[in-house]
Amino acid sequence: MKLKTTLVAALLGTTGFAGTATAQTELTMWYHGGGNEVESNILNSIVSDFNASQGDWMVSVESFPQGSYNDSVVAAALAGNLPCILDVDGPVMPNWAWAGYMQPLPISDAALDGHLDSTIGRWNGEVYSVGLWEAAVALYARQSTLDALGLRTPTLDAPWTGDEFMAALAAAKASGEYEFALDPGMAWTGEWYPYAFSPFLQSFGGDIVDRSTYQTAEGALNGDAALAFGDWWQSLFTEGYAPGTSQDPADRDTGFIDGKYAFSWNGNWAGVATLDGGVDDVVFLPAPDFGNGSVIGAGSWQFGASGTCPHPDGVAAFVEHALQDQYLAAFSDGIGLIPSTTEAAAMTKNYAAGGALQPFFGLSEAQALVRPVSPGYVVAAKVFEKALADIANGADVADTLDAAVDEINADIERNGGYGH
Amino acid sequence: MAAITSDNHGLRLVTRYVVLTLIAIIFVFPLIFMVMSSFKPDLQLLRDTSGIRAFLPVGDISLNNYVAAFERAPVALFVFNSVLVTGVTVLLSLLLCSMAAFSFVFLQWRGRNVLLSIIIATLIVPFETIAIPLLLLVSKLPWIGFDGFTIGWLNSYRVQIIPWIADGLTIFLFVQFFKDLPRDLIEASRVEGASWWQIYTKVVMPLSGPVIATAAILKFLVMYNQYLWPLIVVQEETYRPVMVGLQYFFQLNTAWGEVMAYLTVITVPVLTFYLILQRAFIASIASTGVKG
Repeated sequence: MKLKTTLVAALLGTTGFAGTATAQTELTMWYHGGGNEVESNILNSIVSDFNASQGDWMVSVESFPQGSYNDSVVAAALAGNLPCILDVDGPVMPNWAWAGYMQPLPISDAALDGHLDSTIGRWNGEVYSVGLWEAAVALYARQSTLDALGLRTPTLDAPWTGDEFMAALAAAKASGEYEFALDPGMAWTGEWYPYAFSPFLQSFGGDIVDRSTYQTAEGALNGDAALAFGDWWQSLFTEGYAPGTSQDPADRDTGFIDGKYAFSWNGNWAGVATLDGGVDDVVFLPAPDFGNGSVIGAGSWQFGASGTCPHPDGVAAFVEHALQDQYLAAFSDGIGLIPSTTEAAAMTKNYAAGGALQPFFGLSEAQALVRPVSPGYVVAAKVFEKALADIANGADVADTLDAAVDEINADIERNGGYGH
Repeated sequence: MAAITSDNHGLRLVTRYVVLTLIAIIFVFPLIFMVMSSFKPDLQLLRDTSGIRAFLPVGDISLNNYVAAFERAPVALFVFNSVLVTGVTVLLSLLLCSMAAFSFVFLQWRGRNVLLSIIIATLIVPFETIAIPLLLLVSKLPWIGFDGFTIGWLNSYRVQIIPWIADGLTIFLFVQFFKDLPRDLIEASRVEGASWWQIYTKVVMPLSGPVIATAAILKFLVMYNQYLWPLIVVQEETYRPVMVGLQYFFQLNTAWGEVMAYLTVITVPVLTFYLILQRAFIASIASTGVKG
């Protein structure tokens, strides 16, 4: 009898244990931060906290190196092997949503209160993804350079006009102190071109596509404003203000620090390295205003639910958990990116009031414009990149932009308007 | 007259050595740059690229990049995966492709010439064109293993090995080599009562050292440098090879010193393998004219 009781107790005990262990539904998650130990550690701690905080969901992370992440996701989508939680780059999200790789994220509005708008990925009126951080671009300069050249220090409220900006480049060139007045970052190819340079086009009044319909690039990329932008862009190289597409990547990384360039158009992620490189008086200036306001690119990595995930509510629960200010601040302190809320920014060492990179938070708040929210962006971005490289290398501005428009329009047409 | 001939000979010798040295420098300097840069901090590495210092162990030299590289990524695991996948694939490829070539050259069966032509024709098909269909295929293939019966080969070693075992180039190399073997030898073996299997194992393969070395090195390089295929069929870090692992080092701010340290580490197996087989490889190239 005693043996029987013991066996029954053991059976109940093991069954109960198994019941506890299997109560949590596993949510696999793919993340682009493979190779970034700090980033991975922070994410793993968020996941551990989430798994321990509730009994419904158990998130497990598989990290990928960023350079191959998108290809891995597309291949997995083809093979029907997507995870539940996807990490997605902001401008790519509409394409993945349109292709069915992602589904709407059933997250509460309250969870998104106070977040930078550019960290919320929306498509067709629904939230698909949310980011814990943002990135921003600024014009790097030395205060000593501005003083020596007699230049006004531009502010968020009073950025340089286009004329002031060109006068600053001319003054830097005339000083003979620099190899080039401006380093736009031509050595960085790929997404850097549309991310960093399309804001100039937008400031001129143009755009990569017509955002009112997303059905054409006609007029936006080859209208008068775009032509003016193209002429200005080409003049940077023909006038000798900036190194061309053959820029040495090493110069891109250290040229400003070494004093080869008076100004550098660069992201907040390079801020700490610049300070560590000994540029104590670096100032992060807003983009110049070419007539339609100062604009910088926006939209970084975000979390969402894959199209095949049977538990989007579980994904939403995880994302809501991850959006706590303490985690946003931890990511910012760890990898230098901009936290997505003011409260979190105040908790960081770089973006709090008086922090070395605090101007970037203001830039994101005031000037950020997400790249065209369209599935066709992934193609348009590559076309735009090639057009800008060609123009920098001396191609005819009008012909190049017309050809780019034709290519973008053909792609939109081939894909039935991309669901807009 | 004898003096003039001697002078010409000396001049030609000097010229030859100068040219060969210059060519050697062109090929060796990237390796020297890689190794030297792997000991330097990033800022110094980038600044040194503009001069001869890039090729010298000068400045702030340390093993820090190697330590950081091993901390950033599971380097040993990636090297193990690549060596395992490459080693098994090379061995199976040598076995099966040589058997196929043996069949094409020495056995008489209907359609062998047509089939050989088709196999050789696959050499002109870029892998990229069949990558997606192959992905869809392997994602649906059945398998019986320790986990029982499963569907789909993704995230495994076998998906990196099996599709690469047989290839047109390796079969072609063996076919060409086997064709040059003396027929009398095969016929004499048949007369002596040897089976085809015995002829393959005891007669043909022992004579095929050079082509085995050539095929092994070419296959080794193809497999060790695999990027696209493992990228799309392997999502778990456990099975990732070295070339996909290289992407771990390209972050927002690329750690160039760690990149060089990682490249130095993953180059070691390739150089070791080549040094072991180089004599046979060179002999094979000299005799068959095959270029890698």
